[in-house]
Amino acid sequence: MKRRILPGFRLTLGYSVIYLTLIVLIPFVALTARAFNGTWAHVWGVVTSHRLIVSYQLSFGTALVASLINGVFGFITAWVLTRYRFPGRRVIDSLIDLPFALPTAVAGIALTALYAPNGWVGAPLAKLGIAVAFNRLGILIALVFIGFPFVVRTLQPVLAALTNDVEEAAALLGASRFQTFRRVIFPAALPALITGITLSFGRAVGEYGSVVFISGNIPFKTEITPLLIIAKLEQYDYQGAAGIGLVMLLASFLILAFVNAIQWWNTRRFNSSSL
Amino acid sequence: MKKIAAVLALLASIGLASGAELLNVSYDPTRELYTEYNAAFAKYWKSKTGQDVTVNQSHGGSGKQARSVLDGLEADVVTLALAYDIDALAEKKLLPDDWQKAFPENSSPYTSTIVFLVRKGNPKGIKDWDDLAKPGIAVITPNPKTSGGARWNYLGAWAYAEQKLNKDEAKVKDFIGKIYKNAPVLDSGARGATTTFVQRGLGDVLIAWENEAYLALKEFGPEKFEIVTPSISILAEPPVAVVDVVAKRHKTEDLAKAYLNYLYSEEGQDIAGKNFYRPRDPKVAAKYASQFGKVSLVTIDDVFGGWKKAQATHFADGGTFDQIYAK
Amino acid sequence: MAGVVPDLTLIRPAVRPAVRPRRATEEGPFIRWTLIVITVLFFAAFLVLPLVTVFVEAFRKGTEYYFKALSDPIAWSAIKLTLVTAAIAVPLNTVFGLAAAWAITRFSFRGRQFLSTLIDLPLWVSPVIGGLIYVLLFGTQSPFSPWLIAHHIKIVYATPGIIIATVFVTFPFVARGLIPLMQNQGVAEEEAALTLGAHGWQVFFRVTIPKIKWGLLYSVILSNARAMGEFGAVSVVSGHIRGLTNTIPLQIEILYNEYSFAAAFALASLLSLLGLATLALKTYIEWRAGGRPS
Repeated sequence: MKRRILPGFRLTLGYSVIYLTLIVLIPFVALTARAFNGTWAHVWGVVTSHRLIVSYQLSFGTALVASLINGVFGFITAWVLTRYRFPGRRVIDSLIDLPFALPTAVAGIALTALYAPNGWVGAPLAKLGIAVAFNRLGILIALVFIGFPFVVRTLQPVLAALTNDVEEAAALLGASRFQTFRRVIFPAALPALITGITLSFGRAVGEYGSVVFISGNIPFKTEITPLLIIAKLEQYDYQGAAGIGLVMLLASFLILAFVNAIQWWNTRRFNSSSL
Repeated sequence: MKKIAAVLALLASIGLASGAELLNVSYDPTRELYTEYNAAFAKYWKSKTGQDVTVNQSHGGSGKQARSVLDGLEADVVTLALAYDIDALAEKKLLPDDWQKAFPENSSPYTSTIVFLVRKGNPKGIKDWDDLAKPGIAVITPNPKTSGGARWNYLGAWAYAEQKLNKDEAKVKDFIGKIYKNAPVLDSGARGATTTFVQRGLGDVLIAWENEAYLALKEFGPEKFEIVTPSISILAEPPVAVVDVVAKRHKTEDLAKAYLNYLYSEEGQDIAGKNFYRPRDPKVAAKYASQFGKVSLVTIDDVFGGWKKAQATHFADGGTFDQIYAK
Repeated sequence: MAGVVPDLTLIRPAVRPAVRPRRATEEGPFIRWTLIVITVLFFAAFLVLPLVTVFVEAFRKGTEYYFKALSDPIAWSAIKLTLVTAAIAVPLNTVFGLAAAWAITRFSFRGRQFLSTLIDLPLWVSPVIGGLIYVLLFGTQSPFSPWLIAHHIKIVYATPGIIIATVFVTFPFVARGLIPLMQNQGVAEEEAALTLGAHGWQVFFRVTIPKIKWGLLYSVILSNARAMGEFGAVSVVSGHIRGLTNTIPLQIEILYNEYSFAAAFALASLLSLLGLATLALKTYIEWRAGGRPS
């Protein structure tokens, strides 16, 4: 245990916990109560139905692939933006947040317009026999789009804050540039990279607005889990909807806790001196 | 603290909005109809009582809208796609069980049916439901799980197949299955499906509400699309009702009743006809008869034994619709 | 560009002014330009193209139609509602984010990791569920409902519900943005300030805030953009009453569904412009402030 030198522990922790309880915890208790309000067998039947399981695979699988793509390209982008100077850099830097600025529904409409068989990008691709819109590929593109800024924005401050002296020291000690990157820069940036990928993944799993337009919603093929929640609600099956919501939540929570644990371990391992 | 204060301040500003106001919670394709009708009603009400009235509109999938009302959306009147959705409100005691008797004609002031919209010149030669089940035809229809209109589409196809195939249920199911196998997309709502067909250029035929198909024709031009009326289709009776509990609380019962009653007046019926709904009033219906195709219509009560039964057999989890995709 | 080595060092100012550029901590030009080209291409394909689409579609029916669509009173009420919502939700979440980041990065306590995980929760929940929980909590099915009705308090299907749903959805952004940053920066400077006799608030405003201001600004901007653009959660609690409870994104969906594609994209372009303006503002502030963190 570290000694508490800085003030404000009670104030900040207390405020955080109260706010968190009001906005997040109480509603979730209500959700859980709703899912268990009635027969357990019904909820179990709903969340384990074949259709749902296919949709979990789709939602979590596509989100995972999308967030990994974002991890790779996000890292490159963040690196290029913090380290290099080239014409147009500022424009790119400013526009990275675009997916946040575009409402998800608009993103969905715009992406569908682009990738539909009669769209600018969709038409040439259709000639090559590649269907993007109303296909899993379309879902992937929408998810890459909405999750991209998370990785770049979490990495940028960290890459910028990395001091040059460690890199110089590594170079002086004879490390090649790649070795320096692998042994010095990457480990230092890893927690932020994981955070970014995690955020992007989390956002992608639950994404509804942009995906419904481009996915086509074919049962067993392109039906994402959030759509099935809506479908349950339309049938007045609140319990089933709450149950699916709970399953998604639980799965996400486990992955998140796992990632946070890795990150904590990582921080301790590499940043122990600064904490 | 800050939050509570802010919320209260907002509440105060909202609570002040008073006067004669009515909220009509409706389904997707009625936007144009009620925009026009609300203006006409406001004029009529002003001339009759001298009172200004603002009718607010909310549109969305029929099931979603009914659910919102159940959850507290303060609708004075509902004008939905299916009686089933208003029954759901009656179940929660928002209005009496016999709500359908409150207004003439089963409380549905206008009717509609299900037709096909095809591309100009009908390149795939689509004439009737059985053409939709042929291989190589791309059919656009929304998802019956999330869209009221989609359920009418499904039932229209079923009614046709049942007559054609002598009520052999296995064959009927197979027929319906073939149609849905031809669907490359199942949009979540009727409007979404129309957009997919019309804007995105997907599919050879759109199964749609008659009014929706005519509206698309009007919006996008008859040089791009044409309407095909099948030999048999289903008589869709979109119902209307006053949500008693809410109207009582808002003290708008009389206004709400007058609002729905005026739908049956000559002007109301005329607006319905203009927006491609089939008017109930024989005189007005005759005026608009020429704009609709000839079709033999069956009712949901005759073929399916009412909405509750249809919902349970076809659209509930594990119902006939799910069985198509379970195979 | 001449492409010779001295020129390249010239166009690449050091990351931090104090450090002179050194070949040993740089990549070769080939790798550098490959990475830049990848970035630019990815950026163009994934971010710029959809943006361009929005504007092309918005002006498809001409400038006059564009401005007519934006001056529609129903569009205006949607714009107002969106601004009010963001103006309440964002400051609330900023204060929370600062408090939570301070507690989590400055102290170690039991349950710290758990708290940090909980903060992310709203991000992990489908926005649809985010809206649903408030409907369950404040709608007619909830035990509070009779009390709310008796006191004429409307939460769901009215402005308060929209604000709460927005707060929920944008809840983690500021905290999430600050935690890794503050963790990386460590506490040495704050501790030094304390040793020199500064009290808590002074340390916070004079030492911590200047250190994190860029990270904070980013997070606030992201959170604001998200607040204005939120669709799923707000859609569930709004009730879609035109002119009353439709935010810009909901109004866009409605227009799109009414075949007013150009009008829908016009509103969408407004939101995009709003976003672009915020981003421009951010760049300007940074430029005025001199150094950039990135």
